[in-house]
Amino acid sequence: MTVSTDPRLLRLHPADNVLTVIATLEPGARIHIGEAEIEVPVRLPLGHKVAARAIAAGEKIVKYGAPIGSASCAIAVGEHAHTHNVQSDYLPTFLREDQTRYFAQHHA
Amino acid sequence: MNGYLRSDGRKGIRNITVVVYLVECAHHVAREVVFPFREQGVHLLGFPGCYPNAYAHRMLKQLCTHPNVGAALLVSLGCEGFNRQNLLEDIRATGRPADVLVIQDTGGTRRTIEQGRAWMASALEKTAAVPRAAMDVSDLVVGTVCGGSDATSGITANPAVGRAFDLLVQSGASVVFEETGELIGCEQIMASRAARPELAPELIACVEKAGRYYTTLGHGSFAPGNAEGGLTTLEEKSMGAYSKSGNSPISGILKPGDVPPSAGLYLLDVVPDGEVRWGFPNISDIQEIGELIACGSHVTLFTTGRGSVVGSAISPVIKICANPETYRRLSEDMDVNAGRILEGAATLDEVGHEIYDRILRVAAGEKTASEAMGHAEFSLVYKSFDPLGPACLPR
Repeated sequence: MTVSTDPRLLRLHPADNVLTVIATLEPGARIHIGEAEIEVPVRLPLGHKVAARAIAAGEKIVKYGAPIGSASCAIAVGEHAHTHNVQSDYLPTFLREDQTRYFAQHHA
Repeated sequence: MNGYLRSDGRKGIRNITVVVYLVECAHHVAREVVFPFREQGVHLLGFPGCYPNAYAHRMLKQLCTHPNVGAALLVSLGCEGFNRQNLLEDIRATGRPADVLVIQDTGGTRRTIEQGRAWMASALEKTAAVPRAAMDVSDLVVGTVCGGSDATSGITANPAVGRAFDLLVQSGASVVFEETGELIGCEQIMASRAARPELAPELIACVEKAGRYYTTLGHGSFAPGNAEGGLTTLEEKSMGAYSKSGNSPISGILKPGDVPPSAGLYLLDVVPDGEVRWGFPNISDIQEIGELIACGSHVTLFTTGRGSVVGSAISPVIKICANPETYRRLSEDMDVNAGRILEGAATLDEVGHEIYDRILRVAAGEKTASEAMGHAEFSLVYKSFDPLGPACLPR
């Protein structure tokens, strides 16, 4: 397992495969995860997650040492892990953009 | 701490008088009765529905006889289904000043407001004479709720509340965590903390019930702002929420209105029993806080990452801000800055102790940020519950 050496990335449990961003990262920021150095392509606000290692499609996402969902596609080390590539194993996540779809379905 | 001694032996940390509308049609009149007294510890409660509901009745009974409440005035339109006489008798049986004004009998809006305000002036004299008694941490019931969560909630404010909860349990207090819909995904881990083997399946059943309820409704307890704050899935939010419970063994399960029978950590099951009938189990954080208070909570610890500003009727709310960026924007509304943990300026243990100390100061009379700004929110809607099973409480 790689060990994060970047103080802006917090590992909450040894078994985790995602790290939490604890200081907002702007596009172009460089982060270090073990041996890897990655340039952040998008703004990563405080609290968002990046993959601690390469994660295969379908693999469980582990945070707090507990599964918090599954990868909906392959995620590269250092890549933003969020609703575009991680899905709940329980109930779908409701996003602001889903509000439009919700109203189209219920108020047509 | 110097509490207000009530006839059932419980002690309050506030001496609130409540005005309660028993149907939405009486809401305006009740609000007008409160208005001139709102700086004097007079709070507005109510139930909007015209049809009777055993849960709502029990909630209002438990709230009107809460140790932080000294007197109650009920305001009825007259034709609604609420059993006002039964509620009035139950409050009077505790020795509290209590009365009911029926708008249709009193002669309308203006006369009822006048009579209500006259009643209030005399009630406040009586509640000022309530006996005081020394109070200890072990007399306290403390609830916790999270709202406006983001991904910082589960790494700063929530685990810090967990530390405070552990300190409270060690001091002999009763503490309550809740929102089983926000524990979906944690049921197995939680069951392993059951104080008695027979409690473990009950804990799992509670969360499975919440899962069924929310699945039927097609929407988990998850708002768009949660995802914008970095939370990806319901179970990620759950793991963060769960950390508010700390590390004590779970002593039992409560339903809204059940007062913890002993010291220790309790889970409040907020999801209705039976068929999905009543819509979302809690329409907002406010109703959850009301349910914690109906279980006897003297103080509610409210953790927030996005930044909620709410308070509550009856019991003070201590707001613990998880996100340092939010704290900078909304510091006036916050009591504790747990976001310092992310900036290396404090540890979880330090913030846990700070929360514990703040509870003691608030219990001794210090106003919270939301109290100082006049927040006294309340919300109550239809639900139904079966009684607790025999395995839920310690014998």
